[in-house]
Amino acid sequence: MTDHSDQPSHFAFDATSEAEIATILAKYPSGKQASGVIPLLYVVQKQMGRLTGSAWVPRVAMDVVAETLGMAPIRVYEVATFYLMFNTAPIGKFHLQVCTTTPCWLRGSDEVVAACRKVTGIKGWKETSEDGLFTMTEVECLGACVNAPLIQVNDDNYEDLDFDSTVALLESLRRGEIPPRGPVNGRQTSAPEGGPTTLTTLNFAKTE
Amino acid sequence: MLSDQDRIFTNLYGILDPGLAGARARGDWDGTASILARGREAIIEEMKASGLRGRGGAGFPTGMKWSFMPKTVGDRPHYLVVNADESEPGTCKDRDILRHDPHKLVEGCLIASFAMGANACYVYMRGEFANEAVAFQKAIDEAYDAGLIGRNACGSGFDFDLYLHRGAGAYICGEETALLESLEGKKGMPRLKPPFPAAVGLYGCPTTVNNVESIAVAPTILRRGAAWFSALGRPKNAGTKLFCISGHVNKPCNVEEELGIPLRELLEKYAGGVRGGWDNLLAVIPGGASVPVLPKSICDTVLMDFDSLREVRSGLGTAAVIVMDKSTDIIKAIARLSAFYKHESCGQCTPCREGTGWMMRVMNRMVQGRAEPDEIDTLEQVTRQVEGHTICALGDAAAWPIQGLIRHFRPVMEERIAAYKAGRTMPMAAE
Repeated sequence: MTDHSDQPSHFAFDATSEAEIATILAKYPSGKQASGVIPLLYVVQKQMGRLTGSAWVPRVAMDVVAETLGMAPIRVYEVATFYLMFNTAPIGKFHLQVCTTTPCWLRGSDEVVAACRKVTGIKGWKETSEDGLFTMTEVECLGACVNAPLIQVNDDNYEDLDFDSTVALLESLRRGEIPPRGPVNGRQTSAPEGGPTTLTTLNFAKTE
Repeated sequence: MLSDQDRIFTNLYGILDPGLAGARARGDWDGTASILARGREAIIEEMKASGLRGRGGAGFPTGMKWSFMPKTVGDRPHYLVVNADESEPGTCKDRDILRHDPHKLVEGCLIASFAMGANACYVYMRGEFANEAVAFQKAIDEAYDAGLIGRNACGSGFDFDLYLHRGAGAYICGEETALLESLEGKKGMPRLKPPFPAAVGLYGCPTTVNNVESIAVAPTILRRGAAWFSALGRPKNAGTKLFCISGHVNKPCNVEEELGIPLRELLEKYAGGVRGGWDNLLAVIPGGASVPVLPKSICDTVLMDFDSLREVRSGLGTAAVIVMDKSTDIIKAIARLSAFYKHESCGQCTPCREGTGWMMRVMNRMVQGRAEPDEIDTLEQVTRQVEGHTICALGDAAAWPIQGLIRHFRPVMEERIAAYKAGRTMPMAAE
């Protein structure tokens, strides 16, 4: 909430969001609708992404969330600023959330960071590229450490990266192509490279 | 070596169908109604007998935890809350359960909730698991549609609702009372205990918080019997466990093995061994970022279970094994963890809020060697002043990695300081 010039003067939930809110609020007992604050801030962020191309939570939308849930606005501001995943300023179309915590660092996250900087021209953290496509955020452990190093782009993980594959990933994003999420080296999720060495002797009826 | 027949997570890598049909083919939801028909007491007794210890890090006996809930439901409803806020650096096991074997968790939620008299359960999942949330919600929806949960779950006469709730990027919410605060719509700041959640938890009601893996293994334990589970592993360290092997191994991976497997065997059998061979090993963090690092000399022989790792002054934690070979700057590796804890401190308790920042700044100087040798002792003393002086264990978690570093790698720190001094005081004329 630093740059006030970006703040819109008005926010209202659209029909898609209203439907999501009804589902969310049904999860909590009556009188406990404050539990919906994080889910509703997600709804705001998603709607902003959908309508403006920049998924963030403007101050005025926090007030709308407060009104919807019958909370004091300050309680919503507290939550929106406590949790890292709420962007309180506009961001680029692709949010590059780069993990640099020790397990990723051991596997070369410095190279991934360097590749991101090279392709996007972004120098610091929480900055957006000049073309408005990319915002780079340094994040703490994303919980996919056996596939380190990785980046989360918006909601999707790209795993087992190195310098070259990171450059390739960002260049396809720039062309508007979204590669399939997961390991970029063709690995089967969290199994060892080359294929599983356990669970190989079981035979279950094929479904699907 | 554990045989595939004794592995619980048979779709760990997501090769098979994670949906209800696939789960049923793998034995999930088989005779759930008859498990419930055994009654609350019998289920809890079986879980106690299995020796299952909580898989979230602390290793508290799961069956005993369940038994702490009030025996009858009074005017306040009971809740089960599942901790799916997996954020301990190195740890990525619950993720595989949520996306590849979600029905094990859904069924476990039903059975555990029944055993504790809870008609509702919330699964609190870290926000970054966006796709995992979609996968898990799909399993919830399938279970509702099939009558496995909801009103008269599995035809048992028991009504049960299961809800997914996403967090939004805060490591501290993995602490059970911070998680409850967050679930109630507040900042994730831990509560003082007592009262414990079993007395005053979610919305002021009796609540049990369990890790994903602890709940997801429960149906299999109840189907195959406590004796089967407790025969695996070692005494007081029963059963199988998901291990996450990351860092400098040839083939990082997740794998389910018996507790008590030698660390070296775990790395060499499943993860392709240490990069450059066993003799190229420098150190291992055996249980996620919070537990103290172990030098190679201990790694040579140590067994991977709660008690064996405690004996060497470390811990099993989440069984996230972070491997570092001899190319690693061990001071920098630990300093990065200090930065992590500084970032994730909720700011409530002064020793943690101020201490994590102080420790990070000193650790950053230690990486350069820009310090005096006696500052190593000062740093050690400060970790002792943070440890045990905060509401939750984050302060301890920030202190332990540094204590481990000083305990095992003090000469490296001293050398770094000496090298920096030598560089700084050398005459510049030569340049």
